[in-house]
Amino acid sequence: MNEPSSNVDAVPAIVLDSLRYAWSDVMSPDLVINDLQVRSGDRWFIEGASGSGKSTLLGLLSGVLAPQKGGVTVLGKRFDDMGGAERDRFRADHIGYIFQMFNLIPYLSVIENVTLPLRFSKRRRKRVSDPDKEARRLLEHLGMGKLAERKVTKLSVGQQQRVAAARALIGSPELILADEPTSALDEGHSEGFVKLLFDECKTAGSTLVFVSHDSRLAGLFDQSFRLEGGHP
Amino acid sequence: MMTLGLSWKSIRHRGFTVALTVISLSLGVALLLGVERMRSEAREGFTNTISGTDLIVGARTGDVSLLLSSVFRIGNATQKISWETYEKISKNPQVAWTIPLSLGDSHKGYRVLGTSAEYFDHYRYGRKQALEMAEGVRFADTYDAVLGAEVARKLGYQISDEIVLAHGSGDVSFVEHTDKPFRVVGVLKATGTPVDRAVHVSLEGIEAVHVGWDGSGDHDGHDHSNCNHPAHDHGDHETGMDRLAAIESTLAGEDPNSLEPETITAFLVGMHSRVDAVFLQRSINTYKGEALSAVMPGVALQELWQVVGVVETTLLVISLFVLGVSLAGMLSSLLASLNERRREMAILRSVGARPVHILSLIVVESILLTTASIAAGIALLYGMLLVARPVVLEKTGLQLGFGMLSSWELILIGLVMLVGLLVGLVPAWLCYRRSLSDGLTVRV
Repeated sequence: MNEPSSNVDAVPAIVLDSLRYAWSDVMSPDLVINDLQVRSGDRWFIEGASGSGKSTLLGLLSGVLAPQKGGVTVLGKRFDDMGGAERDRFRADHIGYIFQMFNLIPYLSVIENVTLPLRFSKRRRKRVSDPDKEARRLLEHLGMGKLAERKVTKLSVGQQQRVAAARALIGSPELILADEPTSALDEGHSEGFVKLLFDECKTAGSTLVFVSHDSRLAGLFDQSFRLEGGHP
Repeated sequence: MMTLGLSWKSIRHRGFTVALTVISLSLGVALLLGVERMRSEAREGFTNTISGTDLIVGARTGDVSLLLSSVFRIGNATQKISWETYEKISKNPQVAWTIPLSLGDSHKGYRVLGTSAEYFDHYRYGRKQALEMAEGVRFADTYDAVLGAEVARKLGYQISDEIVLAHGSGDVSFVEHTDKPFRVVGVLKATGTPVDRAVHVSLEGIEAVHVGWDGSGDHDGHDHSNCNHPAHDHGDHETGMDRLAAIESTLAGEDPNSLEPETITAFLVGMHSRVDAVFLQRSINTYKGEALSAVMPGVALQELWQVVGVVETTLLVISLFVLGVSLAGMLSSLLASLNERRREMAILRSVGARPVHILSLIVVESILLTTASIAAGIALLYGMLLVARPVVLEKTGLQLGFGMLSSWELILIGLVMLVGLLVGLVPAWLCYRRSLSDGLTVRV
């Protein structure tokens, strides 16, 4: 039971500690989170309407923003100890990110879009023996097997989101951050997408933080929490 | 570099606008290089119009106007110099050779140059190149003519064609010496200098044509206001009949010296030692017997080039402006693309691209565009040269070089590259700043 691997498992995926982030402009809400722990492998639902500070939270979790007060610790690494470039490298290695929409780079093929993170992370590249094959496998799992050759711009929004999920998952990053990935999908497709995401996160052993204003999805997750005016 | 492939794919994706940028920039590059090549060839051709001659001597006038009238055959010398003076100077022991020049007649818009055999022996142009015959022989007889390359080509003359000289230098001259036709005995090879545009006859020929014509007795009906021919010195006229007789005797081979002209327009001097040219120039300029000017061709050419050179500087400035405009075009198209690429940058940031990668993405793009434009511009330059060379040679006598890029042209290309890079840095920096502030926010 005291094997090193179980110790690693015991490290929480995310620890937020008396976190404060204030924007200089009045429009964006300040973010205040006193204490939040996300266990490794958990699936978290963070509910927040627009203007609730969720973009700020995602910016902090992904390491694009640096907290002004308090600590952000992801996978046991404190972001406030790291420089911007270091956090970028950390994100490349450990975090998969899914946007609300417009996830794909129009001039790259579906496969190239999926394998994009491998260009920026040696660590994730090493975990994949054959990038093209892995991309196809992920797309297959997400029900996109037949569309791998199609032009990115010819995909529907739902299909684009699944390609984005495959891209976030390739190379098995420890943490998947999803920023309202289902907002452009209808209810049926939303649930289907979330379930597919769950399956793949489980296979990869990734922790999932899913941000959405759609509270109906909250029930599917292990944990949920609500951001309101910058406070949980 | 991991962003090189991305840059390339992004460029291909925006193929049409990028192609427009490259086309406009490559036109700018081709224009700049073309103008530069033309400039250097023109300057070289110009300063090589005459070489090997140490002094040009004519009646007192300015350096440039003497050069223009005697070498470029532009305008007319208003004063003549006497044959006596010419003979006196040419007998100076320091003088190696002299070439007399007598101007004033024309043939279908081309100047007629009366000269001696020394012209073919000693006249040099370019890098001390001598005149060569393309076909035929030098003039030997009084009514022989040797054509410059352009005259023969443009007017389509062959050896032994007969031509009629006209009085004065206009294109259309109403007074033609029809009673004294000349026979083409030779054609010179092209030189790219005013020699190509001259009809060469002997001094005797010039004399003969005027004396003979004067001798016909209708002098009063003939307007002399536009011509400055030495043979029309009025002191000459009373002796018209005598001289005609002299010509005829010369033609019969009796007295070769009797056709000496009274006056000539100018003459070229070659010295045994170049150093002596300065002393001879001084003594000619202060010569008491006649008001003379002696100029060194190199000095006068320099002086003239300073006048003509304004045009070439203007050309350079214009082509630089064109290049500047195309570079501004590249800048604006890069800037315009930034807005539509904001999403792309956010996506790249989300997969771990550092702001430096974003910066290099734009810089690499501008380098690729500039390089492609320079390559296309050089290709365009050689394409234009291929097409324009014969035309330019025909119209201006300018021999455009088809050779490799000169070191100066390479420096220019390097400068374009550098400026292209600097231009690319502007949007790259903006994009860098923006990707820092945008982070992962996808703005559309």
